[in-house]
Amino acid sequence: MAAFGSFALLIALALAAYNLFAGAVALRLIATGQPTAVSPERLADTARRAGIAGFLAITAAAFALIWSVFTNDFSITYIMEHSNRALPGAYKFSALWSGQEGSLLLWAWLLGTYGFVLRLTHKTDVKLYAYAGTILAGIQVFFLSILCFAAPPFVLYNGALPDDGNGLNPLLQYPEMVIHPPMLYLGYVGFSVPFAFALGALMMRYPGEKWIKVTRVWTLVTWLFLTAGIFLGMHWAYAVLGWGGYWGWDPVENASFMPWLTGTAFLHSVMMQEKKGMMKSWNMWLVFSTFLLTLLGTLLTRAGLVSSVHAFAQSSIGTWFVVFMGIVLAVCIFTFVLQHSHLQSEHHIESLVSRESSFLFNNLVLLTACFVILWGTLFPILSEYVEGSKVTVGAPFYNRVAVPIGIFLLFLTGVGPLLPWRATSIKSIKRNFILPVTALWATVIVCLIAGVRPWQNGSIDQGNFYALVAFSVSAAVFTAIVSEFLRGAGVISRQTGRNLFAATWLLTRRNTRRYGGYIIHIGVVIVVIGLAGSAFNRNQEQELGLHDRLSVGPYTLENVGFSQDSNLNYDSDYAQLDVYKDGKKQFQMFPEKRIYLASNQPQTMVAIHSTPEWDLYVVYEGSNPDTGQPIIKAFLNPLVGWIWAGLVIIVLGTFIALVPSLTPSTASLRVPATRTAPQEPALKGGLQ
Amino acid sequence: MSASARLSFWTRVVDTMRVPHPFRAFYGMGGKARISFLTRVVETMRVPHPFRAFYGMGRKARISFLTKAVEASVLVVAICFSLGATDASSRFNDLGHRLMCTCGCAQMLGECNHVGCPESGRERDELSSAIAAGKSDQDILNWFSAKYGATVLAAPRTTGFDLVAWIAPFAVFAAATLGTILLIRRWANVSIGKAQAAASAPVIEDPDDRERRERIRRETDIDSGPNGGS
Repeated sequence: MAAFGSFALLIALALAAYNLFAGAVALRLIATGQPTAVSPERLADTARRAGIAGFLAITAAAFALIWSVFTNDFSITYIMEHSNRALPGAYKFSALWSGQEGSLLLWAWLLGTYGFVLRLTHKTDVKLYAYAGTILAGIQVFFLSILCFAAPPFVLYNGALPDDGNGLNPLLQYPEMVIHPPMLYLGYVGFSVPFAFALGALMMRYPGEKWIKVTRVWTLVTWLFLTAGIFLGMHWAYAVLGWGGYWGWDPVENASFMPWLTGTAFLHSVMMQEKKGMMKSWNMWLVFSTFLLTLLGTLLTRAGLVSSVHAFAQSSIGTWFVVFMGIVLAVCIFTFVLQHSHLQSEHHIESLVSRESSFLFNNLVLLTACFVILWGTLFPILSEYVEGSKVTVGAPFYNRVAVPIGIFLLFLTGVGPLLPWRATSIKSIKRNFILPVTALWATVIVCLIAGVRPWQNGSIDQGNFYALVAFSVSAAVFTAIVSEFLRGAGVISRQTGRNLFAATWLLTRRNTRRYGGYIIHIGVVIVVIGLAGSAFNRNQEQELGLHDRLSVGPYTLENVGFSQDSNLNYDSDYAQLDVYKDGKKQFQMFPEKRIYLASNQPQTMVAIHSTPEWDLYVVYEGSNPDTGQPIIKAFLNPLVGWIWAGLVIIVLGTFIALVPSLTPSTASLRVPATRTAPQEPALKGGLQ
Repeated sequence: MSASARLSFWTRVVDTMRVPHPFRAFYGMGGKARISFLTRVVETMRVPHPFRAFYGMGRKARISFLTKAVEASVLVVAICFSLGATDASSRFNDLGHRLMCTCGCAQMLGECNHVGCPESGRERDELSSAIAAGKSDQDILNWFSAKYGATVLAAPRTTGFDLVAWIAPFAVFAAATLGTILLIRRWANVSIGKAQAAASAPVIEDPDDRERRERIRRETDIDSGPNGGS
């Protein structure tokens, strides 16, 4: 199977190279109009078919690796190092992305899959898709070259074959690790597609903004995958690392967050290009930057440039990435300089207080946040270069610098949709802002009464201060969005006689993109409220003998047993805790500590009881070597559940934004027959 | 409600409410009398000296005064933010989150929880001892930095080259914001200029052109369609 996999990779590389060169030659011939023996259109089509065949070849290679994991083929070094016989089936899939070579193969396979879909749908716009397919083939050549020459996954084990493998990293043996990395990779890899479309459109001086519409769906789907991947990673960190938090500003986390920020900026500013013909160069560079940041993130994670809690697959392929990034940047700059006259804006912003400028400020804040994270991630390297010693840039730095920027961004999330296009008046500002501002101040007062006091013991409590600001701004943004929905739904309700709920549904279906976007914003507000809850985290650590008790918040934990278990994969020690609230027994928790047999590495399995109000999060930290008694650390983490609920709302909003809107004719058909339905022009005026 | 009905409604509300005398008198005044009343109130109020002086200043002096006031406010906020918690356990928690575990786990000292960590226990003991000895936060951080190197601090210091780490994000944000505002203002001026030029240009319109334009407008007068607006 190793030989099969290796040959499949080589064939895939050859096909990708043919796709790149034949595609490039064909497009050049089409552009120059030179007469040739072979029709350039036919040449371009062979390139496209080579891309499709290349996908099949990479799929065969990926299948070979998965097959080898499931058949415990320890003659392949990668399988020996990342799997063992007792590994449960679901985690055998995880072996594909648990190491350097496997994760690169996953990357190449996902890129091949995106390319496959793109090439199958080429009739949407044959020429643009040919450009995009050729650029994707160029990226594929890079990844397949690494897989064939720098990090081959099918290298045979040198020496006597062991009976069993080293096993999978215990940190990865958690259900979310089966889905989190593929999601994240779908996001990372997916940004290659908008990049290919953008660069292709610029190269061919694509007329009009249709390429933006084609790219929007790809970008939104990719953004959704990346968002889900990041949140799943947060949940994994929360449930597995056992420190009570979910985001530690670790370089690996930062690496995934940076392209998310620029991708989000693109999704907003692209609307300006579609509606107003503005910001064309800006959007082009946003797409370029997002793709380059995905490469930079991979470089940071794999080259060992910065230390990280969870960089699982480090090696020396950093040089390959640096060279490739250099080539990509050079191609982008060259193409931009050559074709930038094609990107002249048709309109300019007319007022500082308008929807257009709010988009611009939104982009500014998102990119500043991206810069802050990039700066913080790279500063240790810079400091080492300048001063000769590395410094640490950890959570305290980001909490002081990035959190205020995040809150300002949230503020813009609420303000932007309330501003009309072009320009606004004081009267309009008063009308639109009165409710959100009232909600803001009402929340401030309620929070102060409830005990969220930014000033404690004569000094400012940073956590409480941020929480107060986050809660109040969230309330204002939520009110602004809901009032936007109600305003539109009210118009429909008056015109069609539908109830407010049905009118809101119709309103959303008439402009799924706009109202899907608002739902995503509501999800973001919910997430921010959840994040702000971390200011009120509490924890207690205690050695807990039999029937000893530990109290945290309203809960009392009693140790009623301490036991051990064993299976083929791991041995575990766990505590059995009865949890009381108001003197009544509520439930039991089983925090656990495992020792994985193949790797002989320990792993914490946190017990979490989640409610909308807070999470009771219990960690079994190990046994006191002197007394042999378990040490239990219990956290009470308020509002954590809101973060995951926010993700669900974001996903829902994105799905809605992806659904095509009802056309005016379809929409009018759905108006009840008993009512008159000449509402479209009035509705249009009322909502814009 | 019409304007007169609204006035009548509020007059009745004021009448029925037990509004204190000066306010009732105020509501009963006409517009000019109200302004005159408010002016007298402001004049007779004992405005604190700095504000009275502020109102008497020239434009340059006012700007200078406001700049100093902003500087002072920033300083006060910065001092407030830099003040640490006061009791020992809070200080331990606070400092534990400003120091890193040195075992290589890349976690903060206050959060390092892995079994058998060779460093965090000793570091925690050292931190507790230093707090018990009454050392200041800065002295404790300096001591840790001297013993374990700068990497033990969870964030860059605010001295020397490390200060660049703190300044750069705000400098970039300020520069980008300023640049954006200037750019928008420039664009706005260009738009106004174009609009004025278009308005002042003589309009010579061929009736055929007008009819053709009207026809095109009628034929293309459709909604923005799917994804039409945002």
